[in-house]
Amino acid sequence: MKRVYAREEFCAGCKLCEVHCAVAHSEYPDDIIKAFLKQKVKPTPRVLVEENQPISFALQCRHCDDAPCTKACISGAMQKDPLTGVVINDESRCVGCWTCILVCPFGAVQRDAGGHKVASKCDLCSTNGGLPVCVQNCPNDALVFTDELWGR
Amino acid sequence: MTLSLSTPDFLIERNRDRCINCRVCVRQCANEAHIWDEEEQRVKSDDALCVDCQRCVTLCPTHALTIRKYPLEFRENANWSANAIKAIYKQAESGGILLTGMGNDQPYPIFWDHLLLNASQVTNPSIDPLREPMELKTFLGRKPEKLMMRDGKLVEDMPPQLELEVPIMFSAMSYGSISLNAIKSLAAAAEKTGIMYNTGEGGLHKDLYKYGKNTIVQVASGRFGVHPQYLEAGAAIEIKIGQGAKPGIGGHLPGEKVGLEVSQTRMIPEGTDAISPAPHHDIYSIEDLRQLIYSLKEATQYRKPVGVKIAAVHNIAAIASGIARAGADIIAIDGFRGGTGAAPLRTRDNVGLPIELALAAVDSRLREEGIRNQVSLVIGGSIRNSADIVKAIALGADAVYIGTAALISLGCHLCQKCNTGKCNWGIATQNPQLVKRLNPEIGAERAANLISAWEHEIKELLGGMGINAIESLRGNRLMLRGIGLSDRELSILGVMAAGE
Amino acid sequence: MDYVIVGNSAAGIGAVEGIRSLDKAGRITLFSDEPYHTYSRPLISYYLFGKVTEDKMYYRPPDFYERLDVTARLGTRVNSLSTAEKELVLESGEKVGFERLLLATGGKPIVPPMPGRDLEGVFTFLKWDDVKALEKTLYPGVRTVVIGAGLIGLKATEALCHRGAEVAVVELANRVLSAILDEGAAGLVQESLAERGVRFFLENTVAEILGADGRVKGVRLQDGTELPCERLVIAIGVSPNTSLAQGTEVAVNRGILVDEFLATNVAGIFAAGDVAEGYDFLFRQRRVLPILPNAYKQGFSAGVNMAGGTESHRGGFAMNSIGFFDLPMITAGIVKPESSEFRELIHTDAAKRVYKKIVLREGKIVGFIALNAIDRAGILTGLMEKEIDVTPFQEHLLRENFGYLHFPKEYRQQELWKGVLKRERA
Repeated sequence: MKRVYAREEFCAGCKLCEVHCAVAHSEYPDDIIKAFLKQKVKPTPRVLVEENQPISFALQCRHCDDAPCTKACISGAMQKDPLTGVVINDESRCVGCWTCILVCPFGAVQRDAGGHKVASKCDLCSTNGGLPVCVQNCPNDALVFTDELWGR
Repeated sequence: MTLSLSTPDFLIERNRDRCINCRVCVRQCANEAHIWDEEEQRVKSDDALCVDCQRCVTLCPTHALTIRKYPLEFRENANWSANAIKAIYKQAESGGILLTGMGNDQPYPIFWDHLLLNASQVTNPSIDPLREPMELKTFLGRKPEKLMMRDGKLVEDMPPQLELEVPIMFSAMSYGSISLNAIKSLAAAAEKTGIMYNTGEGGLHKDLYKYGKNTIVQVASGRFGVHPQYLEAGAAIEIKIGQGAKPGIGGHLPGEKVGLEVSQTRMIPEGTDAISPAPHHDIYSIEDLRQLIYSLKEATQYRKPVGVKIAAVHNIAAIASGIARAGADIIAIDGFRGGTGAAPLRTRDNVGLPIELALAAVDSRLREEGIRNQVSLVIGGSIRNSADIVKAIALGADAVYIGTAALISLGCHLCQKCNTGKCNWGIATQNPQLVKRLNPEIGAERAANLISAWEHEIKELLGGMGINAIESLRGNRLMLRGIGLSDRELSILGVMAAGE
Repeated sequence: MDYVIVGNSAAGIGAVEGIRSLDKAGRITLFSDEPYHTYSRPLISYYLFGKVTEDKMYYRPPDFYERLDVTARLGTRVNSLSTAEKELVLESGEKVGFERLLLATGGKPIVPPMPGRDLEGVFTFLKWDDVKALEKTLYPGVRTVVIGAGLIGLKATEALCHRGAEVAVVELANRVLSAILDEGAAGLVQESLAERGVRFFLENTVAEILGADGRVKGVRLQDGTELPCERLVIAIGVSPNTSLAQGTEVAVNRGILVDEFLATNVAGIFAAGDVAEGYDFLFRQRRVLPILPNAYKQGFSAGVNMAGGTESHRGGFAMNSIGFFDLPMITAGIVKPESSEFRELIHTDAAKRVYKKIVLREGKIVGFIALNAIDRAGILTGLMEKEIDVTPFQEHLLRENFGYLHFPKEYRQQELWKGVLKRERA
């Protein structure tokens, strides 16, 4: 399946991926200003830029084939779509027990700061189709959405 | 001295209705002009640190930022401009020479903008480049006195030539003055478009050997990075005597930019200053230059053209004639608007000649002396667009070098702070955090796009003149007319006035 | 193939999904003595708290059995197992044959034989019915004693507290959550619950349940203290519910003994979840690991193996994510080592109630506590699972921003580019 990969050698550390991800998953997915200024709680990005310059790279859910979060989820909210392979958290069923945080070896599941107390994670923008917004908005093509082999 | 009299050059305007405090600007400004105020939980700015590189403006996701000239005005004075006053404040504080980057920004006449091109009407047909073939291919190097053919073959061996798909090359910019990613961008773009890039005096990084057939390797006064494989690696060799931005001045790459890779490539210890002397200490005459030219030819078995690059200075025509007679295959002339990674401000802004006049003078002189065929002429230092190129070719150039334009295609915003090493666009810097902002894949695509775009435009302009090969335009000054120029200028340029 | 699964919780459901990943046609019959569609046991405290409504209690969607073609016989108790006949005998006397059997019968609450345990107002805290019954009897200010300050006891305490009960906790150990926290962390947790009005009686236990008119009136502790109460919750612990295997050829220790394929010593019979005793690779011995992630994983692997696949389950280790009110914590493995072969790294910030501890053995992480600093703790779990030697970057482990950034570049890229990396990237 196609996943998002970070080419850390080109990550400018701007965190625009975080900004646009937060917007895409906010109450105002089409209006960045409202998402940040009008929404009561600041939207939470589902991608995380790890940074200690000069190293930086974005990291989000790897949508593991053998996703430990889906196996550990106590409420059945975390499920891997058998067709697309995307791991999605059904926030209406999530109780915020953070067992997914316990088992995710990538540290890619975050607590939603939005007060919902649910786990928040990358859904590969699967609801809007097409390219994930982090990839779309990376100014330096450091993020790629691919299922092909990479490297020399 | 605690009080500085310097005032900001630019004003950062932040539209608070649009700012979402995402801090992209904070993270992207190497000058630290944007600051995150933890207590106030909002971004603020320090105008004094802004250099107007516009990295923040470009990356701001809400377009909340704009930069203006700082509105503070000195009392109006036709003689004492703000720049003149501020320069004195700076020097009164530092006691040092003023350093700057990029090319001369003063309002000298731009002769390209006083030259107009011809087009065909009725008496000769214009050509549509979309329908008919159009030849821009250019060969640089010494051409034989005459062509003798026997059995369909040249009698004499052709001297080595540099083959270009378009008469444009990326001018010399060293690894050290610009980043490896910038060079990789240009090298890959040169390969893609069939042109050349030039190493400058930075040596050849190991990752760049694969671009050899599109590389001109430079030998300059510091001889940095010069060794047999280096000379063999390129398609041509260029001896650098001078540079348009700082004729008569050497180079100085400060030790902090000499990291491991730069040091290995230049073959100097890590962290040491790389000083290129003002003159070559083995060249005090045309005869000395001839020795170096032939040493390099000898070293490469006469298989590669050897060029000489000089800055346009007052007696340029005579110097060029000497260089041609010294055995150079290509003469590159850099006009006074040529860029640099670092130069003394007063030199940059006050020394040299406009390239248009220098080119016309040299081409005329070489023709008069009957040695124009012995060298190709490449000019640089202010080529801004394809029309400038067409005019340059009509004035007598074989090809042009573009440096500033190439960097602009990579993202340069001409803030003129190359010398600080804090280039926010990842171009004129060795800071790894900044260098990686320039993805060479994107850089190569942008630079190659520029070359292709100009190629199309050159063809359009040629077609309009009824010319289907760039060779037919070369030195064809009848295709030019001067406008708003004095008789003296017209005569140096060798063109008639508009209307004649 | 005829599959029979006894148990309808994480291990049983894991087995259904494991079987169906290979065998779409085989007949699956699933028994549960509870009448409910599969629900999540750990959610019962959330249910009592009021955080989860009835419709969100279910572990899988309503069409689960239908979609996976499972005959679910809910509310049906299995009485006995005959390994020779390969059949189960139900409470009704009906006999059900099987070719492959999974025992996923879970655990049962430990209720010590103390006087008064049959009084009205005494509850256990394991099944949905337990909390449904308890919930009905709650009212503001109801005095409640919880015996046991383990995971279940404190989760019950939190919910009861939230529902307005006055709670006292009695615990035999010297600290709360003694299985997953050391003294340093436990003190902070206790402090935060005490701020909510919970009273603790540590190193103590209930000697007698006091009652009148058949109803609980209080407890008398070992040290003589008497605590009046109207409700008593017994949450001392859970023991594997091995009754079906007892007296058969199936080998039982504390739990039903299983190998790495979750098979028991009897061909065709498997066990998984809280009832099984599998390998703990940190303690390097067989242990019962009564936690949901382990149950599901074992169940899934068992299912695959029952359907003819070979999925080895190399063993697990204890791991928990739990929280009380606004104080979350994640712990795993060995958190309070007793021998000198272990090294401990500790960071504590009592003012913020942050406590982090990492336990190392032979350069590898074998346990950790992350109290009130749980973000990205799974990275540590991952390093434990993969048994990575963390020596090259161990000085960063306790950092707030600890992440892949601190890994050696090669390992980082190998993990982050898994699947699409051709060779080593520049």
